[in-house]
Amino acid sequence: MISQFFVLSQRGDHIVFRDYRGEVPKGSAEIFFRKVKFWNDDEAEEAPPVFNVDGVNYIHVKVAGLFFVVTTMVNVSPSLLLELLQRIARVTKDYLGVLNEDSLRKNFILVYELLDEVIDFGYPQTTSTEALKSYIFNEPIMVDAGRLPPLGPAAMFMQGTKRMPGTAVTKSVVATELGGKKREEIFVDIIERISVTFSSSGYILTSEIDGTIQMKSYLTGNPEIRLALNEDLSIGRTGSSTYDYRSSSGGGTVILDDCNFHESVQLDSFDIDRTLHLIPPDGEFAVMNYRITQEFKPPFHVTVLIEEAGPSRAEVLLKIRADFSANVTANTIVVQMPVPSYTMRASFELEAGAIGQTTDFKEGSRRLEWSLKKIVGGSEHTLRAKLTFSQESHGNLTKEAGPVNMNFTIPMYNTSKLQVRYLQIAKKSKTYNPYRWVRYVTQANSYVARL
Amino acid sequence: MAPTVPSPAKSASPSQPSGKSEVADLKQQLRHLAGSRAPDADDQRRDVFKRVISCMTAGIDVSAAFGEMVLCSATSDVVLKKMCYLYVGVHARNHPDLALLTINFLQRDCRDQDPTIRGLALRSLCSLRVPNLVEYLVTPLATGLKDPNVYVRMIAAVGAAKLYHISATACLDADLPAALKALMLSDPDAQVVANCLHALQEIWTLEASNSEAAAREIETLYSKPVVFYFLNKIKEFSEWAQCLVLELASKFLPSDNNEIFDIMNLLEDRLQHANGAVVLATIKVFLHLTMSMTDVHQQVYERIKAPLLTLVGAGSPEQSYSVLCHLHLLVMRAPMLFSSDYKSFYCQFSDPSYVKKLKLEMLTAIANESNTYEIVTELCEYAGNVDVPIARESIRAVGKIALQQYDVNAIVDRLLQFLEMDKDYVTAETLVLVKDLLRKYPQWSHDCIAVVGNISSKNIQEPKGKAALIWMLGEYSQDMHDAPYILESLVENWEEEHSPEVRLHLLTAVMKCFFKRPPETQMALGATLAAGLSDTHQDVHDRALFYYRLLQYDPAVAECVVNPPKQAVSVFADTQSTEIKDRIFDEFNSLTVVYQKPSYMFTDKEHRGPFEYSEDLTNLTVGAEATENVISAQRYQENDNDLLLSTSDKEDNGTATNNGSSASSYNAPSDLIGPPLLSSQTPSETLLINPGGPTNSLQSNFSLDDLLGLGAPEAPAAPPAPALTLNSKPVLDPGTFQKKWGQLALSLSQECSLSLQGAASLMNPQSLIRHMQSNFIQCIASGGQPPNYKFFFYAQKDGATVFFLVECIINTASAKAQVKIKADDGTAADAFSALFQSALSKFGLS
Repeated sequence: MISQFFVLSQRGDHIVFRDYRGEVPKGSAEIFFRKVKFWNDDEAEEAPPVFNVDGVNYIHVKVAGLFFVVTTMVNVSPSLLLELLQRIARVTKDYLGVLNEDSLRKNFILVYELLDEVIDFGYPQTTSTEALKSYIFNEPIMVDAGRLPPLGPAAMFMQGTKRMPGTAVTKSVVATELGGKKREEIFVDIIERISVTFSSSGYILTSEIDGTIQMKSYLTGNPEIRLALNEDLSIGRTGSSTYDYRSSSGGGTVILDDCNFHESVQLDSFDIDRTLHLIPPDGEFAVMNYRITQEFKPPFHVTVLIEEAGPSRAEVLLKIRADFSANVTANTIVVQMPVPSYTMRASFELEAGAIGQTTDFKEGSRRLEWSLKKIVGGSEHTLRAKLTFSQESHGNLTKEAGPVNMNFTIPMYNTSKLQVRYLQIAKKSKTYNPYRWVRYVTQANSYVARL
Repeated sequence: MAPTVPSPAKSASPSQPSGKSEVADLKQQLRHLAGSRAPDADDQRRDVFKRVISCMTAGIDVSAAFGEMVLCSATSDVVLKKMCYLYVGVHARNHPDLALLTINFLQRDCRDQDPTIRGLALRSLCSLRVPNLVEYLVTPLATGLKDPNVYVRMIAAVGAAKLYHISATACLDADLPAALKALMLSDPDAQVVANCLHALQEIWTLEASNSEAAAREIETLYSKPVVFYFLNKIKEFSEWAQCLVLELASKFLPSDNNEIFDIMNLLEDRLQHANGAVVLATIKVFLHLTMSMTDVHQQVYERIKAPLLTLVGAGSPEQSYSVLCHLHLLVMRAPMLFSSDYKSFYCQFSDPSYVKKLKLEMLTAIANESNTYEIVTELCEYAGNVDVPIARESIRAVGKIALQQYDVNAIVDRLLQFLEMDKDYVTAETLVLVKDLLRKYPQWSHDCIAVVGNISSKNIQEPKGKAALIWMLGEYSQDMHDAPYILESLVENWEEEHSPEVRLHLLTAVMKCFFKRPPETQMALGATLAAGLSDTHQDVHDRALFYYRLLQYDPAVAECVVNPPKQAVSVFADTQSTEIKDRIFDEFNSLTVVYQKPSYMFTDKEHRGPFEYSEDLTNLTVGAEATENVISAQRYQENDNDLLLSTSDKEDNGTATNNGSSASSYNAPSDLIGPPLLSSQTPSETLLINPGGPTNSLQSNFSLDDLLGLGAPEAPAAPPAPALTLNSKPVLDPGTFQKKWGQLALSLSQECSLSLQGAASLMNPQSLIRHMQSNFIQCIASGGQPPNYKFFFYAQKDGATVFFLVECIINTASAKAQVKIKADDGTAADAFSALFQSALSKFGLS
């Protein structure tokens, strides 16, 4: 039973505020904001998504820099509320095309319409973008997506390859385009977030892929879709240890540890032909989530070296090698490395002829930051840094610095080799041939090299 | 913070920034538009309505425009209508008279041709929350429940619950619950069915305290036909309604194993759902169904591992946090089952600290012979982490694993390596751990002392670390050559030592050092006691005085008190009692799991459950308070030095005047009262003073409470109980009580009498509640007016999980009591009844 729902901006302004049951005392949004802002201030910890102040439970998620919050007085399922909050954000995005403070402020009346139907007297009703269409009477007011920072996993396609229609991911499901005709298209994104930890000697300590097949459909009439995955895909790892690397020697087969599916997916023939049947609802949703701990080839090899160079100096050598094919390019790469707390200055030396690379020494957080606009497959990049300390370093520098963390996005590359063999749309007529976009992307979740 | 008007308002009217003038302006524009028939009037109205709602959102009081808004509401434009409904819903409660104006158009809309309009109007009508308009609600609601359109029925079902909250009698008089029930069991639309269930659960739960009929209705909801009716059509429901159905199913009590397997087979595929809430709700059903089947229960754990881990990896950090909290609970219950999955709980760079903390606890719990090496290696990596709070937690985790006795040897080495890292917080945390380790494994003292001896106390700023170092200096002063001199230098800086905790430890450490190496410490001791006596902190002063007098009385006795031979601690006390843990498990898939405490500790009474049926009695849940003491023992830890000190003083006085046994109680071995907590607790020598009282020494938390006068009042002479003894602090929450009361058969029902004095002194329920409590019978709810009182009591057989539940209706005029007893173990009911009656008959006699 939800008492209230509200969305706050980063500064704590109310963007929408809906009270469903009138049982929470006034000022809850302010109490929430103060609590989140000053959570355990000394230790700079982040507020957990669920907390209780004076008997009121506050549950929130952060989406697009905004706080989506519900309050409740009763002991409900936190997962239910968190899932619902994410879903509300997603449905709102489906309607507004872009989800950010500006678009929400411009369309707050439409959001109120949505909220009226999604929750009644604190009980979740429908969150289906499609079912809601008949109750939404406001036209979305579009904001210019071009100027806005990209948000959400699918937004990465906007900056990467040029093959994608730029406005596709920011299109509202209800808005009609100029000329009054809707473009028939469907997007299938295979998004993999990878986590790898390299030991100081360079071998892989842990590795995991958290993948999602995300779909966004703009097809009218909801035709049935068949999505075929690798034929030799297998699910569930046998053996006592989930981290048994031997099985991967063949290299061809993709073994999922586990996966789950969207409600709309029919799995009747999945065991036989690895094909998912579904009638995709409107809007964006995850068809399937999967997890892989099978060994894979990490896209980047990272080496770090830190050495003393005189009494209060040290030298750092960072090397990245892109272990993927030359027709793939990674972008927005950031490498971060914490250095000893007594580091005063750092000077950098990039390789000769480096373009699109910047370096920085963040004094406040004592870390080196190396950004690269793009890395072409097969290439190798090096950064040298000279550190000056305010005191003589004692003992082991490797215990005072690191680990190195790396962030990147690689469009049109997937680590797991999970493929969409084909995407078939039930034909309504001979001329019906909607656009189909199947896109792959790999992102770093936690890509860490220890010293 | 001053709310700012969102930009839409600003852009609409840049000249009117905010506040009163804005509202006045809006009012005027509305008045102007009210009668307008201009072609673009609706567009203009939309703009103004938007600004009104924008102000409302920002927190500006726009209720002054109520009349004008209503005047403008006569429109056929749906967008305008909806904005108006929204406005009216928010403000009607504060303007009951003006709200009447809206009734007309809402009622008319309820009869509109368009089902969407009908639905919207009905929803708004029910959301007005104005008690004196209730009469206008009943008919549209009753009609709405029969509406041919799904949307309207859906809204009407929830509307019935809304009406109940405005006026319970109106809702019941119109027989809406019966209509809801009929609809629930027949409507073809799943969301209508789900909303009926929502509404009925809410209404009957609240009603159950007044009427037995409602309580029975709740039971029918959990009965087999209803539960199976819902389960069989579970796939028709939306994912949110599926959660509701699953929650219902988790309360169902199957009559045989076939039913259990039927349900589990039916729900098996729900574990593959992408929605974490559905998966968790399914898991709850599985866990609860299989409680009595150990093997299957374990298989369930194995089965749910993979889906849970997948959910942790998918979704946003917030979503995975909630799932991880549940995983944490399961890991804590059955660590062995997760011991091979330890790598899943390694911290990731991108994890927020609240996630990392949970993972560290899980890693600690699942460490065993086979994985300790890897886990500790991983944890040591975090110890040098830039994220200081996590680095601290990691060090503590290493220490906890060491205390679990796996591969202590290697771990001690690593802890000692931490000390070489030369980071303040690392050293401080490590010292605390080394101290705890030494309390458990005194045999390691040699190695540890060698390293600890090299640490300069000047480099440690943190009180806890400093206190730990000082404790070791005192405890091992015979092995540390410099100990007296280090202590002496610390005493010299007494004034600069800000933490009373450290000063208290210094006092004790110097005392201990004195007993071991008197000539070298005598000077320092004098200085310490002098400094302590002039200390402004009460506890420091008192302890110094206490030591001083002890020494004056007899140094030999003083040594017995301050520095007796110690026994190693075998097990550090757990922070949570088993009952609490079980309760948390019972409340799986709720906020309880995230907060790690049962719901009665964080929910308001009115939102807690149906059981309290008398509003004017505020402290009904005596049982709940008792457990609260258990948990709050944690809080006591923070200053238990203080508390214990004052306790010991009290006890000292008490025993001196009491009888000759005082001397022997001083010599009680130190581990009789287990050190309460393993986390960062500094051992207090005053713990040695153990009251030889009647309390069970194993329940250290309880005995502590009793000493402080916080626990149960003094027990009178043991009741002349035949063979049956009761647990002095049973724990049972209202929900469980109610469930049990519903499930158990009546064991005994009889009439007994009170003493006349007792009947006369029963002016309010509290007096009897206290009396019964002193007989270890707890009251869970009570109410009534003279001469009739009704009580619900419970008690628990000592050392067993057998509960006794009692309903007791007392008539003070006739001094008679009607007693109904239900028991988990029916054979013990007679013994309990005798005990209960004897307790009851003594009421008022003392």
